[in-house]
Amino acid sequence: MTKEYLSVIVVEEDEGTQIFFKNIFADLKIKTKVLFFSNGKDGVDYLMKEDALVPEVLFMNYDFPEKNSLELIDQVKENFRYNKMTTVLYSECLSEHEIEEIFVKGINVFMKKQNNYSNLKKAVTEIITVNWQYYTSVLNKENFIMKV
Amino acid sequence: MYVKFDLNALCKKVLDEKLKEQGLKYRLLNFGEVEFYESFTQEQHKIFKKNLEEYGIEIIESQKVALVQKIKDTIVGLVFSKEAVTVKASIYISEKLNHSYGYLSNLFSEVTHTSIENFIIIQKIERSKDLIIRNKQSLTEIAHKLNYSSVAHLSTQFKNTTGITPSQFQKIMLKKRKFQSIINNINVA
Repeated sequence: MTKEYLSVIVVEEDEGTQIFFKNIFADLKIKTKVLFFSNGKDGVDYLMKEDALVPEVLFMNYDFPEKNSLELIDQVKENFRYNKMTTVLYSECLSEHEIEEIFVKGINVFMKKQNNYSNLKKAVTEIITVNWQYYTSVLNKENFIMKV
Repeated sequence: MYVKFDLNALCKKVLDEKLKEQGLKYRLLNFGEVEFYESFTQEQHKIFKKNLEEYGIEIIESQKVALVQKIKDTIVGLVFSKEAVTVKASIYISEKLNHSYGYLSNLFSEVTHTSIENFIIIQKIERSKDLIIRNKQSLTEIAHKLNYSSVAHLSTQFKNTTGITPSQFQKIMLKKRKFQSIINNINVA
């Protein structure tokens, strides 16, 4: 049997945003198990471990002061275990061109970061619902690009 | 080089080989259903399950889940059929599976957290992505093939589902392929 929930990892510095995410995931109809990391380095250090849990979805803030999030994700994706993982990057403002670039580099979803709880909830719910379909049906991950 | 494969044929072949390996008497039916001529032990079931897991094939235990899988397979068959199907999806599905559409529709939502209508849209957009990447047909032809009343209708649904337009999608995927082939060449060199 396929497991009945999605494993999710969120890498987010801001505590307030983490709480938003926590509440949103707790409210979803689709069950999730979520791990949080407060910075890119901790998140990547965890994922590089042999016995790390492979999440179905990785949410990461695009704007880390210390390190480029695309580089971090590249580093993780070098391990074939993470081939099937959906990667979601979010940011408050990116130009159309920058968004295109992150898709070209293999990111699946770009989410415009919403500061308002209900808008963020709407966006996260949409992303998780689509991922549930990718997870439970045979859909081509290669073609999976989404902007929310 | 791109290859195209028939998943259905592939899975049947794997199933066939794995079942033969274990010396079980069986018959392969449609929709991934296997009928056994004799009962097998818990131990055999376990080994079989493990053997198939390697290939990403899983044994579906629950009747409900199995019926939902049949609905999904029917929808995929409908959306990916060579000829355009003109009959209404709801009628097609309920006739094919011999249950009322209301029953199937409720069951589907309960198990998958999405509606049949939504799932059809997801599949249609998936197929259109595939056709857009192949770049052999115009968007108008693709819209017609997938039973959209107009190209605008397809574009709107595409945008609503993915957040980007079909032409943006095409542009990104082209760039992505170029980028990946550069990376692969670097790794080989």
